[in-house]
Amino acid sequence: MAQKTEGKKAGAPPVDGALARRLLGDMMLIRRFEEKAAEAYALGKIGGFLHLSIGEEAVAAGAMSVLRSDDYAISTYREHGHCLAKGADPRRAMAELYGRRDGLSKGKGGSMHLFDKAVNFLGGHAIVGAHLPLAAGVGFAINYEGGDQVCTCFFGDGAVPEGEFHEAMNLSALWKLPMIWICENNRYAMGTSLERALAQTEIWKFGEVYGIPAEPVDGMDVLAIRDVVARAVERARTDKTPALIEARTYRFRGHSMRDPAGAVYRTKEEVEREKLRDPIPLFREKAIKADWLSEADVRAIEKDVNDRIDDAVAFADASPEPPVEWLLTDIYKDNTEGVGR
Amino acid sequence: MALMTYREALNLALREEMTRDPRVFVIGEEVGLYEGAYKVTQGLLKAFGPKRVVDTPIAESGFTGVGIGAAMVGLRPVVEMMTFNFALLALDQIVNSAAKMYYMSGGQYNVPIVIRGPGGPAHQLAAQHSQSMEVYFYHVPGLKVVRPSTPMDAKGLLKSAIRDDNPVVFIESETLYAVKGEVPDDPDFLIPLGEAVVRREGRDVTVIAYMGMMYRAMEAAEDLEKEGISVEIVDPRTLRPMDTATIIGSVRKTHRAVVVEAGAGFAGMGSEIAAFIQESAFDELDAPVERVTGANAPMPYARGLERAKTPSKERIVEAIRRVCYAEGS
Repeated sequence: MAQKTEGKKAGAPPVDGALARRLLGDMMLIRRFEEKAAEAYALGKIGGFLHLSIGEEAVAAGAMSVLRSDDYAISTYREHGHCLAKGADPRRAMAELYGRRDGLSKGKGGSMHLFDKAVNFLGGHAIVGAHLPLAAGVGFAINYEGGDQVCTCFFGDGAVPEGEFHEAMNLSALWKLPMIWICENNRYAMGTSLERALAQTEIWKFGEVYGIPAEPVDGMDVLAIRDVVARAVERARTDKTPALIEARTYRFRGHSMRDPAGAVYRTKEEVEREKLRDPIPLFREKAIKADWLSEADVRAIEKDVNDRIDDAVAFADASPEPPVEWLLTDIYKDNTEGVGR
Repeated sequence: MALMTYREALNLALREEMTRDPRVFVIGEEVGLYEGAYKVTQGLLKAFGPKRVVDTPIAESGFTGVGIGAAMVGLRPVVEMMTFNFALLALDQIVNSAAKMYYMSGGQYNVPIVIRGPGGPAHQLAAQHSQSMEVYFYHVPGLKVVRPSTPMDAKGLLKSAIRDDNPVVFIESETLYAVKGEVPDDPDFLIPLGEAVVRREGRDVTVIAYMGMMYRAMEAAEDLEKEGISVEIVDPRTLRPMDTATIIGSVRKTHRAVVVEAGAGFAGMGSEIAAFIQESAFDELDAPVERVTGANAPMPYARGLERAKTPSKERIVEAIRRVCYAEGS
């Protein structure tokens, strides 16, 4: 079961100023990035679907903080936070949301399909459940090559009723793949609550069925997440044991910008109550109290984050549209071993 | 050259490529211990071990996704579909993940994967095991689709597919596994994807056909030779990208074309081939392009009905006579 160990147990190194700065900085960066993306969406600069993870930042920031740069991460269409916390350049991520040529995916992917090979971020996948088998394939490849990396796979509670969740859990346990399965349980799959979708609402218990070490964790507590992921990563590196972590979190915004309030399927009171668990002020206050950070440190982090995101927005705005010839590039990779076209 | 079956040619291609490149592995249902439902992977487990010949549970979407994920980070999987009909369970992975990954990621992640197995009409396998599955895949940008008709093509094209940096859907046939033919011994013998072949030279009409229908068209051509009609047969071999130049070149010579396909005709391969012939060579045509296709019905079980579902030699002969204005001859 979940334990609030606050970094004291084996696995996660103890918290110090540098780490606190990183965790708070990453969470605030994601928050600011998405607030600015919402503004740009309202201005028509971003189109299509835009799914915000505001309220859920602790999961991405905490989990990524224990990974090595050669570890892999893969996610859903609500992936801005995972992509940024894995180390992607916010300027190129924002440019992708804007559909511009300097975007991570050259403007061809958009908000739902951020990829950054330079930081081993394997995408943004928008068919619920479909990226879980892909993640298992990455774990398979790590074992095949004899590596000691891990693959973290983020998905929502909405993926759990999908067959591919169960296929991927089974294969990862059967083949002992170095997988960290992280379910971001925000309690609503679009507008369908957990209770209306799952006969077993304790998602971590599905891990037990497949013999996978599993536990729930407070998804609003960045240190708790960091700790549980650190222990899972350690196991996966040493003996290839996969892990299923159910991070209990909440999205403060609607499913997407087309569901801005999320008001049909949940009450305003519920949303307001959950906002009291906002992971950013919770950790900020804890860090100040523990003397990991000073008030001045926090102000400096905030300024740095705001500057970086302003810069990202300016970069995206200035980046040109992709040239129309790019419509027909990147469909097939050129053959490298003498195979004709 | 060595005389071998289509099945042996596929097996040899897998062995050679697995020997050449340690990143190549085989994964699927019953590919290892059972040695393949159709024995295409016979002996591979013994030769390469369980790390590279991976038996899976019955989870098509799961193991296809595993192949795609592994390919994204540098391996070169060959995923076996026990029959290609089962690929429908993995259709989302093939279409939404494999085909689009390179594009969606702006050229960062390509997916060098081969998804292979038998498809098309067989012998009384009924509706769910006898579909001409290529139609579900050749529509999708990002996929390559291969249908190899002979043992030589089976080997040369599978090796090219494995060496290709893109997802390749490679659909064999239960009815061809025992067909024998000459196959080059050279381990670097390749047939490039996207190259059609003229199987039979002729002057009067071009017939475009692949797999079992190619052999049936050959029989029709032999019969018509006796009537003085000279039939050229072009086998596209790769359906996407298609070698339209060879097909158009043949039509420019014969001025007539018949497309034969085993699958249901509506929006089938024949529709596309007929369309591009008319777009590219309308003025060369002396007759409308004819399509000889499978009936627009699911595959029935009963022998007689099954025969009626798939184009017969007689129907091919009739279509050729019609485009040659030789009816009643």
